[in-house]
Amino acid sequence: MIKKTVANVQQALQGVEDGMTFMLGGFGLCGIPENAIAELVRLGIKDITCISNNAGVDDFGLGLLLQKHQIKKMISSYVGENDEFERQMLSGELEVELTPQGTLAEKCRAAQAGFPAFYTPAGYGTEVAEGKETREFDGKMYVLEPAFKADFSFVKAWKGDEAGNLIFKGTARNFNPCMCGAATITVAEVEELLPAGSLDPNEIHIPGIFVQRIFQGEKYEKRIEQRTVRTRN
Amino acid sequence: MLDKNGIAKRIAKEVKDGYYVNLGIGIPTLVANFVRDDISVEFQSENGVLGMGPFPFEGEEDPDIINAGKQTITTLPGASFFDSAMSFSMIRGKHVDLTILGAMEVAENGDIANWKIPGKMVKGMGGAMDLVASAENIIVAMMHTNRAGESKLLKRCTLPLTGVGCVKKIVTNLAVLEVTPEGFKLLERAPGVSVEEIEKATEGNLIVEGEIPEMQI
Repeated sequence: MIKKTVANVQQALQGVEDGMTFMLGGFGLCGIPENAIAELVRLGIKDITCISNNAGVDDFGLGLLLQKHQIKKMISSYVGENDEFERQMLSGELEVELTPQGTLAEKCRAAQAGFPAFYTPAGYGTEVAEGKETREFDGKMYVLEPAFKADFSFVKAWKGDEAGNLIFKGTARNFNPCMCGAATITVAEVEELLPAGSLDPNEIHIPGIFVQRIFQGEKYEKRIEQRTVRTRN
Repeated sequence: MLDKNGIAKRIAKEVKDGYYVNLGIGIPTLVANFVRDDISVEFQSENGVLGMGPFPFEGEEDPDIINAGKQTITTLPGASFFDSAMSFSMIRGKHVDLTILGAMEVAENGDIANWKIPGKMVKGMGGAMDLVASAENIIVAMMHTNRAGESKLLKRCTLPLTGVGCVKKIVTNLAVLEVTPEGFKLLERAPGVSVEEIEKATEGNLIVEGEIPEMQI
C-alpha cells in the first residue's frame, strides 16, 4: 500500500504559490473543498487561476478568495450566484472564461486521461468557439477543445482511505472525480479518513493512483444554497 | 393565454413513457408536476443525478443532494448519482430523450439565445450549450413576448447564441410552434388566443396552414 495521508490541511497545500492554476471540485456549494479553500485564504496567495464550475457565493466557497482579491482568472460555466464576482468581472479586475459545463468537465477528464484535446459539438456557432479549430464529422460540426493544465486539484470526497481511494456522496460527486489526477498534484479532503482495507474495493469511485495527498477535513459547514422543501399533509 | 404553469402543463403532454428527460431552470422545472403518473419517466439533472424526486420534507434536506438549480431534492427508487463528465456523456451521447429549457430569444432558423445579455447579465451558459448542441428533441418553454411587448420569436437572434439551428418545438403562453426550414409553423393556439394575436406577437416568419386548433390542456 502506498500511503497518501498527510497530517493536516497545511501539509496538504505545501507547494502552492502565487500565479498557479487550481482545479476545485463542487457544484454550487455542494461538494466543495471547504478546508482547502479556507487554507488558500489564510495563506493569502495571489494571482491564482481557478477552474471551478461556479464561483461560490459572496461569503462562502470561492467567494472567500474573491473577497480578498486572490483570484486573477476564473474558468467556470455559471457564475450567477455571486455579486462580488459580477462586480469584479464587469470592472475588469477579474478575468473570466465561461465554458460550457460539459466541456469544462471533459477538459478536466481529458487531462486526467491523457488526451491533449477533444472535439465537442457544444458551443459551435457561438462566441465560445471563436478562434477555435472546428471540424465536420458525419455532417455535424464540432469544436476542438484542449485539455486543462493545472498545478493542483482540490477535491472533496465523503470517505477516503490511507491509500487515497475515494468514495463520494450524492450530487457532491459532480466535478470532483473528473479533477482527480488532472493536475500535477491532487489533494483530496474527506469527511472521514479510514485505514486501508476499511473500504470495499468494489465501491471505490476514484482509485488512489489519482490522488497524491489525502487528509480529513477539520469541519464541514456544507451550506445549502437553495433550501427547497415540501410540507407534510 | 397561458401562465407559466399552463405552459408547463402543455409541455408535459410531450413527455412519453420511457423517456429520460432533462429539465432546465424556470418554467421547465414545473413540467415535472404535470407528467401523467401512469407513465414511467426519469428526470436527469446535469449536476449528477438520474431519477430525481420531489423536494424533501422539511427537516429532511440533505446538502449533498441537490439539482442543477442548487435546490435540495430527493431521489426516487431506481435513482443513480454520477460525476459531471458522465452526466454530459448522457447528454452529448444522446442518451437523454428530451430536453426542455427556457430561452430569451429563438429564431426562425432554430437558433437559441439564453445565456448572456452583453453589458447587463453575464451569468454563464451552465450546461445549456452542451444540451442544445446534442439533444435531438428540444422543446423551448418561453413567454412569446418580453415585458415591453416585443416578440422573442425572431427572424434572427440579437443576443449571443447558445446554439445554432437546434430548436425543434416551442411552447409559449400564446402558442405551440414547430421550427421548419420555412420558419415557425403554428400548430396550436392557447385557449382564447386568436391567430391574429399570435401573428402580431411573432417577428419571425409565421406559417399558418388551415384551421389552427386550440391547445388541449
